[in-house]
Amino acid sequence: MDLLLVLGIPFAGTLVLAFVGARRYAAELNIGFSLATLLAVALLALRVVRSGSLLLWQEQFYLDSFNVFLVVLTAFVGFTTTVFSRPYMRVEAQHGRVNARRLRLYHSMYQLFMGAMLLALLTNNMGLLWVAMEAATLSTILLVSLYRTKASLEASWKYFILCGVGIAQALFGTILLYFAAEHILGQQGMTALLWTHLDAVRGQLEPRVLGLAFVFLLIGYGTKVGLAPLHNWLPDAHAEGPAPVSAVLSGLLLNVALYAVLRCKVLVEGSIGAALPGRMLMVFGLFSAVLGALFLWRQRDIKRLFAYSSIEHMGIITFAFGLGGPIANFAALLHMTVHSLTKSSLFFTAGHASQSAGTQRMDGIRGLASSRPALGWGLMLGSVAILGMPPFGIFASEFLILTTAIQEHPWATPFLLLTLGIAFAGIFSKVQPMVFGDGTAPKVQHAPSLAPVFVHLGMVLALGLYIPPALAACYNAAARLIG
Amino acid sequence: MHDADLIAQLLRLLAAGLLLISFAMLSRRRTQRLITLYAWQGAILFLSTCLVAYGEGLRELYYSAALTLILKVILLPWILHRLIHRLGAQWDSEPLVNIPATMLVGLVLVIFAFGLAQPISMLATTITRHTIGIALAVILLSFMMMITRRKAMTQVIGFLAMENGLFFAATSTTYGMPMVIELGIALDMLVAVFILGIFFFQIREQFDSLDLHHLEKLRED
Amino acid sequence: MSALTLVRQLGEVVLAVAIAPLFMGWIAQCRAWLQNRTAPPLTQPYRMLRKLFHKDAALAADASPLFRTAPYVLFGTMVLAAAIIPSVATDLPFARAADAIALIGLFATARVFMALAAMDIGTAFGSLGARREMMIGFLAEPAFLMVLFNAFLLYGSTALPSLVDANATRRFFIDPSVIFAEIAFIMVLLAENARIPIDNPATHLELTMIHEAMVLEYSARHLALIEWAADLKLFNYACIGFALFLPWGIAVHGADGGGALLLASAVLLVKLAFAGAALALIESLSAKLRIFRAPEYLAMAFLLAVLGLLVHLLLGANIHA
Repeated sequence: MDLLLVLGIPFAGTLVLAFVGARRYAAELNIGFSLATLLAVALLALRVVRSGSLLLWQEQFYLDSFNVFLVVLTAFVGFTTTVFSRPYMRVEAQHGRVNARRLRLYHSMYQLFMGAMLLALLTNNMGLLWVAMEAATLSTILLVSLYRTKASLEASWKYFILCGVGIAQALFGTILLYFAAEHILGQQGMTALLWTHLDAVRGQLEPRVLGLAFVFLLIGYGTKVGLAPLHNWLPDAHAEGPAPVSAVLSGLLLNVALYAVLRCKVLVEGSIGAALPGRMLMVFGLFSAVLGALFLWRQRDIKRLFAYSSIEHMGIITFAFGLGGPIANFAALLHMTVHSLTKSSLFFTAGHASQSAGTQRMDGIRGLASSRPALGWGLMLGSVAILGMPPFGIFASEFLILTTAIQEHPWATPFLLLTLGIAFAGIFSKVQPMVFGDGTAPKVQHAPSLAPVFVHLGMVLALGLYIPPALAACYNAAARLIG
Repeated sequence: MHDADLIAQLLRLLAAGLLLISFAMLSRRRTQRLITLYAWQGAILFLSTCLVAYGEGLRELYYSAALTLILKVILLPWILHRLIHRLGAQWDSEPLVNIPATMLVGLVLVIFAFGLAQPISMLATTITRHTIGIALAVILLSFMMMITRRKAMTQVIGFLAMENGLFFAATSTTYGMPMVIELGIALDMLVAVFILGIFFFQIREQFDSLDLHHLEKLRED
Repeated sequence: MSALTLVRQLGEVVLAVAIAPLFMGWIAQCRAWLQNRTAPPLTQPYRMLRKLFHKDAALAADASPLFRTAPYVLFGTMVLAAAIIPSVATDLPFARAADAIALIGLFATARVFMALAAMDIGTAFGSLGARREMMIGFLAEPAFLMVLFNAFLLYGSTALPSLVDANATRRFFIDPSVIFAEIAFIMVLLAENARIPIDNPATHLELTMIHEAMVLEYSARHLALIEWAADLKLFNYACIGFALFLPWGIAVHGADGGGALLLASAVLLVKLAFAGAALALIESLSAKLRIFRAPEYLAMAFLLAVLGLLVHLLLGANIHA
C-alpha cells in the first residue's frame, strides 16, 4: 500500500499538473504532491527500519538498507526543491523566460522525473531499472530545454545524444546480464532479471559474460553519473536548465545513476571477483575528480562552476566505492548524502543570485553579503561545506576516504589531495568576490525562499558532527552489501 | 532436423542482411533514404523474430515480432517521413562525409564486434547464437553514424538503428527480454521520437536549419 | 584428352563469340523498354559489326604498329577468357590450365593494351580516357579479387570449373557472405564494363567518356573487333557471375553428354536473359556518377567484398560444425 502511494503519487501528480496547467495554485500543488510523496516514503522507510529488507509485489520491488536512504533522500530533496522553485519559477515567468504552457510542462515533468527516479531506486528488476532511467532522461531533456533558447536547445540535444548512446550501452549490458542469469535461473517469468535472485546465484554466473556486461553497464550508467570522459553533457545541461532542475539533476539523478552502477557491481563482483570492477571504478573516479577540479578554474558561469564541482565529487565517490571495504563504502555513502544536500542548496542560492543579478556570469554577481545577506551567506556557507571544511559532513566523508586511500592505495593520494586543493582554490577564489565584492544586487518581486538552503546546510552540519545510530546502521549494512 | 537447419541458415542470411543495411546506412547521404533503410531494417528484424518464434515454438516472441512490425516498420518510419515533409527536409544530405573512410572504420568495428561476441556466442544455446556478433556490429555501426553525421535527423535515425541492434542482440542471445521490459523499451523509444520531433521544430525555429554545426556554441574556451 | 572434350571446348568458345553481341543487344532492348523508347532490333549489334567490317579502315598518320595490333590482342584475350570460363560445361582443357586469378591477369592485359593504344595517337581524349580506365581498373581489380576470394573460401578451390563442380551439385544453400559478394560483384561488373554508374556507353559527351574516349580514333574492322571484344567482356563477366553464384544448370564433370550440353546452353540463355534484364533495370534506375565519385563507388565494392569475407570467416565458420 505504501509502495503504491510512493509510486502512484508522482505519476498522479504528472497527470493532475498537466491538467491544472499554469493556474495560480499549480506551484502549491507541486509542493503538495512532493510532500505527499515524502510522507509515503517515510512510511515505507519506517517499515524497512522495523523489519529489515522488503520484497514487494511478487518480488518486483525491493528495499534494503542501500536504497532506502537514497529513496528518502530523493523524496526529501525533491520536496525542498519544489519549495524553492515556487518563487523562483514565478520570477522567471515575470521575466518572460517561461510562458504558461512551459510552466505546465515544467510542473508535470518534474513530477514524472521524481516518479521515474523513485521507480529506478525501488525496482528489483534490472530491466525496469533501465526503463526508469530512460524515462528519467527523457523527462529531464524536456526540463533542460524549458527556456527554448539556442543554448538550452543545444544543451538538451547534447544531453539526449550522449545519454541516449550511453543508456543504449547499459541496455546491452542488461541483456548480457539476463543472458548469463538465464542459464542458471531459467526463463520462467522474469526471475532472471530480478536483482535479489541474481544476487543469490551471483557466484555461479559466467565470469566472462559478466565482465563484458559490467564494461557496458559502467559506460552506460556512468555516462549519466557524469564520469569523465563521458561528462560533456553535464555542465551544459546544468547551466542551461532552470535552477531547480540543476539542483535535482546534480543532487539526485547522478546519485540514482551511481546506484544503478553499484547494484551491477555487486553482482559482477560475486562472479569475477572485486579486483577488476574496483579498479575500473577507481580509475574512472579519479580521472573524473581531477578533470572536474581542473575545469573549475576556467568557468565564468556560476552554474557551470558547480556542475564541474559535481563531476569532481561524483568522481571522488566513485573512487571510494572502487576502493571498497566497509570504511570507504561507508564514507562514500555518507558523501553521496551530504553532497546531494549541499549541491542542491548551492544551486538554490546560485539560482536566486543569478536571478537577481540578471546574469549567470560570475563577474556580474557581486557583493551579495551586503545587499542580500541571507543569500550571500547561504552561498558562502554552501561553498565552504562543499569544499570539505570542518565541521560540515563532507569533511568527515572526505577525510575517511583519504585515510583509506592512504592505507590501501597510496599512489592515489597525491591525485586526491591535488584535486581537493585545486577545487578549493578554484571555487573559493570565485565565490569570495561574489559574496564580499563591491556591487549591489537588485531585489526581485518575490521573496526567495531560502529556508531549503539553510535546512539542507543545517543537515550537512549535523551529519558532520553526529550521525544518528539508525542512519549509521543503515550505512554500515549497505557498505557490507556493496562489499 | 532438416527444418531447424534451414531456419538457422535463413536466420544467418537475415543477420547478414541486417549488417548490409547498416553499411548501406553508412554509405547514404540523403536523409530520406536513411528512413527507408531504417524501415527495411525493422522488416528484417520482424522476419527473423518470427522465424525464431516459429523454429523454437515461442509464443511470446510472436508478440514482440508484432510489436516490431507495428512500431519499427510502420509507425516510426511514417512519423519520420511526416516529420521531414513538415520540415521540408526531404532533400537534406550530408555532402561532407568521407564515406570510404567511415566504411573502413566500420569494417574494423565489425571485426572488433565479432571478437567481443565470441565468448558469448560460445556460451549461448540459442539457434541464433552465431548472430550475436552481427548484433553488436549493428550497434557499433549505428553508434558511429551518430558520431560522424551532422544532421539532427540522421543522428536520430542512428539512435533508432542502435535500438534495432539491441533488440536483435536480445533476440539472438536469449530469445528476447521479458515482455514487460520490451514494452517499456518500446514506449521509451516512441516517447523519445515524439520529443525529438518537437525538438526539430524548436531547433529549426531557433537556428533556421537542422544542421548541427550551429549547435557548437557551448564549449569550454 | 578425347575428341569430345575438344569439341566441347570449341563449341563453347564459338557459342560465346556468337551470342555475346546478342546479349548486348538484349540489354539495349530492355533499357529501351524501361525508358519508354522504341527498342532497336535484337540484331542491331550484329548489323553494326557487319557494317564496320565492310568499311575501309582509316589510320592516323602517326599510328604505330601497337595501335593496329591492339584490337586483335583485345579480341584474342577475350576469346581466351571465354574459353577458360565454364559457361556451359566444366570439363574444359583450357579451363584446367588457368584459375580465376589468371583470368584477372588476362583482363588486365587487355586493359593495358587498350590504354596504350588509346595514348598511341596522342590525342587529348585518348589519353584522358586511358588514364581514367587505368584508375577504374586499379580500383576494381582488388574488389574483384576479394569477390573471388569469397567464393574460393566457400568452396575451397581457385579454379572456376572445380568450383562449379562443387557448387552445382550441393543442395540449395546460401551462405550469408554470398550476399555481400554478389552485390560487390555486380558493382565491379558495372564498373569494369563501362556501364552506367561509372561510364555511359551511349554518351556523346567526350569530357565524361571513358571507354568511348579511348576508341575515338578507331574505325572499321578495328573498331568492330574492339566492340566485339567489349561485348565478349560483358558476356564473360556475366558467365563468371553465373559460375560463382548461380552454377545450377551448367553441365558438370562426368555428366556432360550431348543432351546435357544442349540443356546447359538453353539454361545459359535463360540466365543471360534474366541477367540482361536485371542489368538494364539497375542501369535505368541509377544515375551516372561524377568521375571523382568513382573511387568511392569502387571502394564500397571492395569493402563489401571484404565484409563478405569477414562474415564468412566469423559467422560461417560454424556452419558445418
